[in-house]
Amino acid sequence: MLETLGNLGAGFSVALSPPILFYAFVGCVIGTLVGVLPGVGPLAGISLLLPATFGLDATRAIVMLAGIYYGAMYGGSTTSILMRIPGEAASVMTCIDGYAMARKGRAGAALAIAAVGSYVAGTGSIVGLMALAPPLATFALRFGPPEYTALYVLGLLVLAYMSSGSMVKSLAMAALGLLLGMVGIDQMTGYFRYAYGVVELGDGLGVVPVAVGLFGVAEILASAGQPAPPEVIKPRMRELLPTRQEWRESGWPIARGTVLGFLIGILPGSAHIIASFVSYAVEKRWSRHPEQFGHGAVAGVAGPESANNSATSGAMVPMLALGVPSGPIPAVMLAAIMVHGVAPGPLLIQQQPQLFWGFIASMYVGNVMLLILNLPLVGLFVNILRVPYPYLYPAILIFATLGVYAVNNSVVDVWIMLVTGLLGWLLRKLDFETAPVVLGVVLAPLLELSLRQSLAMSDGHYGIFVQRPIAATLLAAGAALVLLNLYSFVRRGLDWRAKLALAEKGEAQ
Amino acid sequence: MTTDRVAGIGLALFALIILEESWRLRLPLGTMAMPGPAYVPALLAGALVVSGVLIAAQGARAPRLGAVGWGEWRHAVAILAVCAFIALGLERLGYRLTMSLACAFLLVGIERKSLVTALVVAASIAVGTHYLFDTLLRVQLPRGAFGL
Repeated sequence: MLETLGNLGAGFSVALSPPILFYAFVGCVIGTLVGVLPGVGPLAGISLLLPATFGLDATRAIVMLAGIYYGAMYGGSTTSILMRIPGEAASVMTCIDGYAMARKGRAGAALAIAAVGSYVAGTGSIVGLMALAPPLATFALRFGPPEYTALYVLGLLVLAYMSSGSMVKSLAMAALGLLLGMVGIDQMTGYFRYAYGVVELGDGLGVVPVAVGLFGVAEILASAGQPAPPEVIKPRMRELLPTRQEWRESGWPIARGTVLGFLIGILPGSAHIIASFVSYAVEKRWSRHPEQFGHGAVAGVAGPESANNSATSGAMVPMLALGVPSGPIPAVMLAAIMVHGVAPGPLLIQQQPQLFWGFIASMYVGNVMLLILNLPLVGLFVNILRVPYPYLYPAILIFATLGVYAVNNSVVDVWIMLVTGLLGWLLRKLDFETAPVVLGVVLAPLLELSLRQSLAMSDGHYGIFVQRPIAATLLAAGAALVLLNLYSFVRRGLDWRAKLALAEKGEAQ
Repeated sequence: MTTDRVAGIGLALFALIILEESWRLRLPLGTMAMPGPAYVPALLAGALVVSGVLIAAQGARAPRLGAVGWGEWRHAVAILAVCAFIALGLERLGYRLTMSLACAFLLVGIERKSLVTALVVAASIAVGTHYLFDTLLRVQLPRGAFGL
């Protein structure tokens, strides 16, 4: 403990040095802008700025990129709450209740709860990262393909479970996303699948062009021609303070979101997105007033916003302790430090203490900076959204295209963005949710690979999924969700039957 | 036709195309114990066909397709055409020229802004983003045949 505190003190001496403070600030500002601008997510933002870090040393580079990552999580809530446009994919859930709160005149309170929740979760999860990284990383090391398969199945079941609309529609969208995620070279056999001769599709459909298309371009298509452009609700400074009741309602969701987000963040996948989805589902399930969800529930903002911020720190655990990126964003960040000759892996903490502890300390500092940027200065960022829409959307379209193109320097990604933009617009028109499609695209290659690896390990016996304790526990959790769903369905069925019986009784009388 | 019926049929057709493509590419299906490269896609396509049929079957009460409101379709087609132009022109014409033309078309052709304003805004966005990302941040953007 004393050693950890000593290391942290040394880390603060690095993090509070003017150059590191400067790059943390630049990262936080850019990250907030990336989060605020719809269609430009943290992956696109980090990918765009990766070449810019080549001239910096490893510590400055990773501090700036991390600032963009968690800055985007903070900033993403702004457009979600004020415009119902998710600044990035992890803010999709915040749109639902955040915007509903804004419509009720509680925009300032929603922004404050999102920012404070993000701050608490960000800071709390860094403590977790610092204290629990070694044992948790060891635990995650025990995950083999069967555990990952069970985890991804659980993720999809959670998705179906949390569906507020038609469950069939939600599952159909997840299946569509999983099918889109199958495009490209089969990782087990090398077969080229569903690429129609386009070599660039060998690596599959990128998450960035699909997400930007489904959320960013689809939003532009839906709103550009409307007689009244999307309304930007303008919060006032005095409205920023939530009421005592709102603070009370947000306390536990923030705490749960912090723990949940951190734990999910450690595991592979687009953790910050999954964490916000799962947190929303948990809050809705645990709430005494689930009917308020979708109509401005404070917990629907506090939980997901805390979870997605906490997940960013969680994602750093395998990246820093093992040198294993848990998703595309940590992978890009890892690439940034490898460019500087720093070898990632378990020895990183011993060999590069300045980098590791400086980075940890800079995350504390960064979270304070972001709280300042996102509360008193929220009006400044919102001004970007007050530019007349006919001028704003061409600029967003160009930023989105630039971000999508710059990830791989590939025009094919721009085409993917175009097609998924059209798909997203049509799905919105037909009243389908597009978020499960993105989750499906993220999970598809991981799920398929881990399933087939598991079966290869067990000579084709499906018993491997129940013989291993972690996999069995995860699947049991999934089964419990299915049973809960069935229970709700049966109860609804009984209600329906009871109503029918009453109607029949009425007719008889 | 209702929205759900159109969507259900569309999803089922998409799934059938995937199944047909798996067959056309002769992707091995494998077995339950040893799934091949077509196994999981075939399972998912099957699930999507079932979902599509269910959605279509239950879709009688959904709103009619025409009632959804397609007033923005002209804007949508124009924006998609601009995206296609960007995809085609980016590496041929270069970033600055492509983006200037795309942005100017949106502002003049779609939003009916004055030509001078549109040209100034379009050129500012294209040159500004190029300077920020290509020059300052060293993100290599395509210059095309004209070096733009």
